[in-house]
Amino acid sequence: MDRQLLSGDEAVALAALHAGVALGTGYPGTPSTEILEAFSALGGRAQWAPNEKVALEVGLGAAFGNARALVTMKHVGLNVAADPLFTAAYTGVSAALIVVTADDPGMASSQNEQDNRRYAVAAGLPMIEPSDSQEAYDFFFTAVEISERWKIPVLFRMTTRVCHSKSVVGAGSDGPAAASAIGSSPVPHFERDISGRVMIPANARPAHRRLRAKLAEIAAWGETSPLNRVEAGDRRLGIAASGVAYLHAAEAAPGAGFLKIGLVNPLPIELARTFAAGVERCVVVEEGDPVIADALRAAGIAVESKLEMYRFGELDVARVRRILAGDTTPEDPPARGRPPELCPACPYHTVYATLRKHDCIAAGDIGCYTLGVLPPYEAMDTCVAMGASIGVGLGLRHVLPPDEARRVVSVIGDSTFVHSGISGLVEMAYNPPPTGHVVLILDNGTTAMTGQQEHPGTGRTLDHAPTGKLSIEGLAKAIGIGSVTVIDPYADPDGFERLLLERLAASDLSVIVARRPCILAAADIRQWDQQADRLRAEHEARLGGHDFGGHTALADQADVCAIVDEP
Amino acid sequence: MRHRGRAMKTITNVVLAGLGGQGVIKASDILADAALRAGLDVKKAEVHGMSQRGGSVTSDVRFGGRVLSPMVPRGEADFLVVLAPSEVAVTLPLLRTGGVLLSPDLVPDGALPNKRSLNVALLGALSHYIDLPSEAWLDAMKAALPERLQAVNEKAFALGRKLAAEGVTIS
Repeated sequence: MDRQLLSGDEAVALAALHAGVALGTGYPGTPSTEILEAFSALGGRAQWAPNEKVALEVGLGAAFGNARALVTMKHVGLNVAADPLFTAAYTGVSAALIVVTADDPGMASSQNEQDNRRYAVAAGLPMIEPSDSQEAYDFFFTAVEISERWKIPVLFRMTTRVCHSKSVVGAGSDGPAAASAIGSSPVPHFERDISGRVMIPANARPAHRRLRAKLAEIAAWGETSPLNRVEAGDRRLGIAASGVAYLHAAEAAPGAGFLKIGLVNPLPIELARTFAAGVERCVVVEEGDPVIADALRAAGIAVESKLEMYRFGELDVARVRRILAGDTTPEDPPARGRPPELCPACPYHTVYATLRKHDCIAAGDIGCYTLGVLPPYEAMDTCVAMGASIGVGLGLRHVLPPDEARRVVSVIGDSTFVHSGISGLVEMAYNPPPTGHVVLILDNGTTAMTGQQEHPGTGRTLDHAPTGKLSIEGLAKAIGIGSVTVIDPYADPDGFERLLLERLAASDLSVIVARRPCILAAADIRQWDQQADRLRAEHEARLGGHDFGGHTALADQADVCAIVDEP
Repeated sequence: MRHRGRAMKTITNVVLAGLGGQGVIKASDILADAALRAGLDVKKAEVHGMSQRGGSVTSDVRFGGRVLSPMVPRGEADFLVVLAPSEVAVTLPLLRTGGVLLSPDLVPDGALPNKRSLNVALLGALSHYIDLPSEAWLDAMKAALPERLQAVNEKAFALGRKLAAEGVTIS
C-alpha cells in the first residue's frame, strides 16, 4: 500500500472498505463525522441515521443478517445508543459489528468529557483503542476478527487527537493483505436463533453467562495479542499507556519501558503484572478517568496513577512530563484565542436579538445556535443534551410562576429536533403546561455545526441524493400542536417578533419553524436541489412518467403526508 | 519485547495559526504533504469543529525521522506561521527561544494579487528555512488546490520565499 497521510477517521474508513464492511451508519458528531463521509467517498455504503440509537440498531440488524457493519458516533452519542448496546452484548452478532466511539477529552467541541472506556466495562464489550492512523487502520481488522470469532460487538475507541491528527499509513503495513486474515465478506442471510436473539428473561439469563464466558476467553487471548505489547527500556521507569497518551509518554520519557495497551477491555492483567514487577516504578499514563490504573490496582498490581488534576482536559507531552514528575504546581492556562461566534451572515442573528430584547428564558440545545449564548446576545439559558431544550423548557413552564413561565421558549435546530426533539414535542402535547409553551425550531436545512451534513429533514441522503423528506411542520401538526407556523426570520424580522410575542402571550401550544438556509450551506443546497430535480426528470423521462424507480419513497410520501404537509 | 526507534530531535516543529476561514488547515495540509513527499515521517494535529465559526485555529505539523506525539509541545515550535495579526500574541508562547516567527507583516500590503493566498505566501517564506525539495512543495500545492488557483498560488509562494530571503523576523 502506498504511503498516505490520513486522519484517524480516514484510516478507519479505508480499513472498513478493505474489511468488506457492507453498511456504515451513524450520526454526525465531532470528532467522528469524517469517518462515514470518507467511507462514502471511497465507495462504501454509508448513511446518516436520525440519531445514534437508530444507527446502532440498523448496524445490529445488518450484523444479525451476517453482513459486516460499522456504526460511528461521538462519545455522547453512545449515551443515546446505550440501550441497544447493553443488550446487543447479550445477543451477540453473526458478522462483525464495530461501534466507533470518538471521545473528546478537553471538550474541543462537546458539552462534557465523559470517558467511554467506562461503557466497555459496564456493557461487557471488548474495546480497542488505537494511538494513531496506522493503528486505526491495522486495529480495525483485529476488531473485525474479534467480533466474528466471538460473535460479539466490538467498541472502537478513538479520541479527538486520534480522529483528527493526520499521520502516515501504509509504511511497513500489510495494507489490504490484512483484510485476507479476516476472510472475505460473509454472505448476508437470515438464520433463526430465537433463544439467542429474543431477549426475554428466560433467554437473557443464559445470554448474560455466555457474554461473561466470551469476555474471559477474550481476556486470555488478549494476554498475547499484538494489540498489547511490551517495549523494553530503563528498569527504573515503566509506563502503561493507551491511545494518544502513549505517544505523548514515549516522547516525554524516551528511555522508559512501556506497556502499550491496545485492548483496553478486557485488560491484559497478567501481562501488566509481569511488566510492573519488572520495573522499579510503574506509572499509568491515561487521558480522562483513571480507568486502567484503577483496574490494575484492583487486581493487586502496584502502579501509580496520575494526580487528580490531570483527569481534566487532554494530555500532551508537557503534561505527561508533569505527571511523571508528580508536579502539582499550577499549570499555565492553554493559549486561548478568539472564541467561535455566529457567522456574521447567519440568518438567525435576528432571532437572538428578539429573544434578548424580550428577556426570554431560552432553554437551548446543541448546535451552532448554542453560540447565541455568547455576547452580544447571551440569549441562551440552558444547554445540556441533544433534544433537551424541549423537556427542560416544559419543566420550567410547569413550575415557574405564570409571569416567568410565559417567557420560556425552547430553541432547537432542525437536525437536533429530528435527532431527539420529537419525543419532547409528544410530551408537550401529552402534558401541556398551564401557560402553554413555545418551541422555536431553527431550520437552516443542514446539520451545520458538524460541517453541514444531511438529515431526514433535508430530504437528501449522506451523499446528497434525493430521498424521503420529513416535514417538521407536518410532524408537529400530526403530534397535535395547535399552532404551527413557518416563517423566514431573516426576510421578515418584524413579522417574526410579532409572531413570537403573540405565541408567548397565548396559553396554547406553539411550534414556530424559523426557516432560512445556513449561509455556509445555501449554495451547496441549491446545487443539490438542482441535481435532484435533474435526476428526477431523467427518471421520469426514462420511465415514461409512470414510476419513480428507486425513489418511490419521495413520490409516495407526498401522498401519505398530504394531511400534514400544510404549514 | 521490542524497542522503539529513537529518533528524537531530528524533528521539525511548525505551528500554523489564524482565524477560521483563512486557510490555516489548507496550508498545514500542503506542508504536511510536502514533507510526506520528501519521504519523511509526518504528523499533523488540529482541532476542528467550533473553530470553523470564525474562532482561532491552530494546526501543528511535525516531520522528520520518527514523530511520536502529533502535537507540538508548548514552547517547542521551531516555526510559528501566523495568518492573522490578532493571533500573534496568543500563539507566541508556542515558539521556542530562537524560533522563527512568520507573520503577515512579512508581506507588504498590495504585494499579493489575491489576499486569500496569504497562507501560501507564508508557506513560501517557510520554505526558505526548511529543507524540503521544491518538487515536493509544488506537487503538494497541485494536490491541494484546484487547477484555476495554481498559478496565483505558485506566484504567492515564490513571493513569500523571496521576501523571507530578504529579511527575517526572529523572536
